[in-house]
Amino acid sequence: MTEPASETPTSPSGVSRRRLLGAAGAGALAVGAAGVGGYAVGHAAEDPGKPGQSSYAFGGRHQAGIVTPAQDRLHFAAFDVTSESRDDLILLLRAWTAAARAMTSGRPVGEGVPTSYDAPPDDTGEALDLDASGLTLTFGFGPTLFERDGKPRFGLDGKQPAALRELPHFPADKLDPARSNGDLCVQACAHDPQVAVHAIRNLSRIAFGTAAMRWAQLGFGRTSSTSTAQATPRNLFGFKDGTANLKSQDREGVEEFVWVGEGDDPRADWLAGGTYLVARRINMQIETWDRSSLREQESLVGRDREQGAPLSGGTEFTEPDFDLQGREGPLIGLDSHVRLAHPTQNKGVKMLRRGYNFTDGSNALGRLDAGLFFVAFVRDPDVHYIPMQTRLSAQDGLMEYLQHTGSGLWAVPPGVRRSTGFVGDTLFT
Amino acid sequence: MKLVPAAAACAALLISTTGCSLTESNDPQASGSAGDGTITVDSTADACDLTTTKAPSGNLVFDVKNSGDQVTEFYFYAEDGLRIVGEIENVGPGLSRDLVVRAAPGSYVASCRPGMTGKGIRTDFTVTDSGEDTTITGVEQADIDAATTQYAAYVKDQSSQLVDETTAFVTAYAAGQDERARELYPQARTYWERIETVAESFGDLDPKMDLREADLTPGQEWTGWHRIEKDLWPPASGYTALGEADREKYGQDLLANTKTLDSRVQDLDYTVDQIGNGSKGLLDEVASGKITGEEDIWSHTDLYDFQANVDGARVAYEGLKPLLDVKDPALSQKIQSAFRDLQTSLDQYRRGKDDFVSYDTVTEPQRKELSDRVNALAEPLSKLTGAITL
Repeated sequence: MTEPASETPTSPSGVSRRRLLGAAGAGALAVGAAGVGGYAVGHAAEDPGKPGQSSYAFGGRHQAGIVTPAQDRLHFAAFDVTSESRDDLILLLRAWTAAARAMTSGRPVGEGVPTSYDAPPDDTGEALDLDASGLTLTFGFGPTLFERDGKPRFGLDGKQPAALRELPHFPADKLDPARSNGDLCVQACAHDPQVAVHAIRNLSRIAFGTAAMRWAQLGFGRTSSTSTAQATPRNLFGFKDGTANLKSQDREGVEEFVWVGEGDDPRADWLAGGTYLVARRINMQIETWDRSSLREQESLVGRDREQGAPLSGGTEFTEPDFDLQGREGPLIGLDSHVRLAHPTQNKGVKMLRRGYNFTDGSNALGRLDAGLFFVAFVRDPDVHYIPMQTRLSAQDGLMEYLQHTGSGLWAVPPGVRRSTGFVGDTLFT
Repeated sequence: MKLVPAAAACAALLISTTGCSLTESNDPQASGSAGDGTITVDSTADACDLTTTKAPSGNLVFDVKNSGDQVTEFYFYAEDGLRIVGEIENVGPGLSRDLVVRAAPGSYVASCRPGMTGKGIRTDFTVTDSGEDTTITGVEQADIDAATTQYAAYVKDQSSQLVDETTAFVTAYAAGQDERARELYPQARTYWERIETVAESFGDLDPKMDLREADLTPGQEWTGWHRIEKDLWPPASGYTALGEADREKYGQDLLANTKTLDSRVQDLDYTVDQIGNGSKGLLDEVASGKITGEEDIWSHTDLYDFQANVDGARVAYEGLKPLLDVKDPALSQKIQSAFRDLQTSLDQYRRGKDDFVSYDTVTEPQRKELSDRVNALAEPLSKLTGAITL
């Protein structure tokens, strides 16, 4: 994996986009394949790999960026398809696939093929000195890609998965249409924020004329660990988040709760090996939270702040004991987040969460516009997400400090399996 | 912010007896070098090990670690082994929690209570004279009693006026006197908003009485204040007005729930930490609902609710002021002046004695100024409970 760099400073992978560009040509691309892609290809996307790994294969049985150990940064974007032509849409998906293959290997869009001095460069350039930085690009299809205003689109009638519908209105939702839904979504995750932003920027540019960005969200710090090798990070409430998250090492759990199986939905066999992506932009009332006592904070969360241990005792990974009684009822309160969200309280349902802390500056009242950009991958939102969120929105004591301001659901097709394939090809054949 | 169950350093029953540590000063000037060393307490099934049983006077910090396999508690008693200076409850196995107490020189008893039963495993503890001014100016038990009694009386009084005003409001509404009902709506709600944290503590009533349309669960029936509000200030299009029968139904439903609330508050007792948390909680209500204009989205009477929340918070603070003036006079000063500043800002929007301008005429920069004032008050106010219960 490590090839010492001589001319330019490079990252641990030893491959930089500038070097590729400088050497411009097949030789350089070969270095890329051997140095970075080679490893990744050998370990297709279903092998989640190590945290901090410098590149992940784009192709594979499943898309990357799901069981991949959560990278530190996110740039998420939703797009609406502006063309009504099926061919345009397929061309876009092919172009996105080519660009995604390049960028996730640390190569520039256009593979560094020289263009006229009088033409704008194919790649926007801001990631030229950076390696792949663990970039993954995960694509999803929203309900409106299949049908809009009661009319099927792109010849996809009869193919819309039954569970792919706009999420219901949950209690206390305050959704901004300008931060919700979309025909397509792309989740870009990387160790370096510039790499993630570069990816979305270039994909957006490629899409002009066929699809337009509807909204986007930056996440500056992961709030979930999807690998047992990762420490549990903290959310902006200051608490460890997602301790009970489904981890990639739990292969049975991942099969059961993440990947759509053959025959799950007779209308949507194309989605087998894929999953559903739920996104929720959850604003936190930072200022009032910060003024609440540690007693209130811990009792609302149901864990201690320092260690993340459940209030029933033990350490972070000790199973909560929801029956253990204290002076005034159970130590883990009835309206505590950990109780309401825990698999044992939700018919054993687990989710693979992959959320990020975000802040988008401040609002008109001078408060931080900040919170959690919740991302979860589930096999069936009707079973694995909606019932739990309905309960949380109605009963979770933390809701006092939360406001859901954005929302979306997308079907995430399986990974691209053939070198000539493109993202979503199982849907369009 | 709901009324948090009484469980702060001094639990309800303790306050009514000797007032636990409340009766001792924690004037910040009196602390200092004395409180630097944390004392670790290791609580197991059959032992209560302290790293030291001697400490200089001032603020003592006990880091109570539960190494047993039962829920434990830690008590710090005065010499008589009865009067509680400070306590920590509900420490789950394996967890640690800090207890901060203020102690004058003298003899004390430390006690772990694994399983939360029995007399506990007791150890004598000596507080030596740190040489600082340890003169303790105590809070009078009478002040504590006065604070809790006054607050209970205040809640009952507001609740009883709420019943009267609500009766007038729903009567006018049912009779089709819309103009009159629109006048009464913000006035009547004032009595609700002043005691909102108490009212909200009844989890069955609050959603029936004060739920906003945006907070509805699918299939949930929308009733209460805001249901009627929308009917009195209907949106320009796409809304079907309620008929006579519905007006009667929603009005009577609100009134019946109001009367239930009134009957329940008759028996409520309050602890000083509940009053302190409630004061801060009312400011949270302002911050989260009123300043944003989400509370009265149809009538834009948010400023009435805003003022009423502030009134309720001030009454709660003023009841506790004699305690805080002893415990932390600087904090008390700060809270007092922040209340004044917020009121000055709010008064700009008064129209006559009891009325306020419509909130949709308050511009974003003006709302931000109000928000900044609320932050300036709520931040010190959030320290009130900790200061008086230390």
